[in-house]
Amino acid sequence: MSTLVFLEHHGNELLKSSLGVLSKAASLGDDHLAGVVAGANVRALAEEAGKFGAAKVYVAEAAQLEAPLPQPRVDVLAQLVRDGGFDTVLFANSVLAADVAAGLAARLGAGLNWDLVDIVRDDGKLVGKRPALQDSVYVDVGWTSEPRIALFRPGSFDPSATGGSAKLEDLQVALENFSTTARMVDQAHEESEGPSIEDADVIVAGGRGLGGPENFTLVEDLAKALGGAVGATRAVVDAGWYPYSTQVGQTGKTVSPKLYIACGISGAIQHKVGMQSSGVIVAINKDPNAPIFEFSDLGVVGDVHEVVPELTALVKARKGS
Amino acid sequence: MKIAVCVKQIPEGSRRIDPESKRLDRSGEGALNPFDAHAVEEALRLKDAGGEGEIVLVSMGPAKAQDALRKALAMGADRAVLVSDDGAAGADLVATSSVLAKALERESAELVLFGQQAGDSDGAVLPAAVADRLRLPVVSQAAEVTQADGKLTVKRQTEFGYDVIEAPLPAVIAVSDAINEPRYPSLKGIMGAKSKPQETLSLADLGLDALESRTEVYALNDPPARGDSRKIDDDGNAAQAIVDFLAEKRLV
Repeated sequence: MSTLVFLEHHGNELLKSSLGVLSKAASLGDDHLAGVVAGANVRALAEEAGKFGAAKVYVAEAAQLEAPLPQPRVDVLAQLVRDGGFDTVLFANSVLAADVAAGLAARLGAGLNWDLVDIVRDDGKLVGKRPALQDSVYVDVGWTSEPRIALFRPGSFDPSATGGSAKLEDLQVALENFSTTARMVDQAHEESEGPSIEDADVIVAGGRGLGGPENFTLVEDLAKALGGAVGATRAVVDAGWYPYSTQVGQTGKTVSPKLYIACGISGAIQHKVGMQSSGVIVAINKDPNAPIFEFSDLGVVGDVHEVVPELTALVKARKGS
Repeated sequence: MKIAVCVKQIPEGSRRIDPESKRLDRSGEGALNPFDAHAVEEALRLKDAGGEGEIVLVSMGPAKAQDALRKALAMGADRAVLVSDDGAAGADLVATSSVLAKALERESAELVLFGQQAGDSDGAVLPAAVADRLRLPVVSQAAEVTQADGKLTVKRQTEFGYDVIEAPLPAVIAVSDAINEPRYPSLKGIMGAKSKPQETLSLADLGLDALESRTEVYALNDPPARGDSRKIDDDGNAAQAIVDFLAEKRLV
């Protein structure tokens, strides 16, 4: 089996979710495991990927690859899969990666399974694990032909640095005319402190129960103390309390951090589908009948305005000691 | 401007997978995929802004998907094309994108709109696959779309913030559900929808043979069980209890 992993980057860092997929692929024991990095000035990033199990990393550098747009990347990957004979192409899901994977599937007439949380080799066959219908059923999915393409839910795998180094190979990039007609004219990125919500091991999320946008500082302080990211429910994003990029749920991000702390969140199905595959879920809510308690590992019936600041102080004290 | 809006009928209410076919049970009542209502709304707004044009709905699904299409017609779309064929049941992304691309080629619209995802499969992959087949530019997660001089300016939402992307027409755009508030069909719209053209096509009508899906389903399993769940009342020591719990799980 020979596997190619799409390594997405933002700024000067490879996304942790991409590296997690790379580590997972390495654990499957492929004969040939390679990554591909596409952008402008991305050689250093390609080298970094060697530490996570890629024997080879392809480097596609071109001005048209600088902006995070999908279609030129489809060209690069299609060429690479054809020339390199890869039978499997893996992606960590993102707005960009979903478009690249889908375009690639159409281009190559290849099967794409999305929203996978795991992949195993069963009797020589690759089987993806896909939660469906609000995660109420886990479906074993597969592919009837090669190449196989898969998109994984972010946070499904931890990157594990093995300390190896990758051989870099530069690609001659040939782009389709239609692939470069969309053009990035502006990027307004919300630079936040700490990890992004896709990459965070810990997410502290706030909902209506916080009472108002000003109380999001409680959530931010706890996230900071835990080295985590801040999440929000659809209700508070719709109310303008917090930016959409932090929204967790069916119409926002699907996340699976190691720890998810839900503050003043009732746990509506809309939200649940975006976070229920988290490792450990802690919920604080004053309504003892809130649905969130049905899928929390630890539920606290209490006032977020009292419990959260105290928790932040205790975490800080513990980390300081 | 002629706008094609790709819409899907999804099963209404609670959904189940048929254990025999391992496919989503589509036998019950159907509804318009709620994400697609945003695409229909955006088409109506762009048509209004441009002063003229036609909005055609393009869909693939069982024959009764015409009911869901009628709802989008009641919102204000002009006509509907449904590809319905036994040979298309259970089609995966590769198969579905080839069918929609064929149906869209037949329409040669200047703009193709999609909703951001299907409410039943939660897939958000069809727009980019169809765009690749049509060899057209694609922008997904559009939170704002404006058109001027044969060009679209799209505000795209990503994990990192907003991008502004320009694309020439014709183009494929998948709108986010934050882009607008879909209108409710008026009584006049509902009555009027009944007389709007609704065409049904077979795969053969599009010059397609039987479809070949490239993915398969092996088994349906229960979700992994969560461990013991604990629930405590805050007696003033809840924060400490959480820290102890996190320490036990080695999370702090």
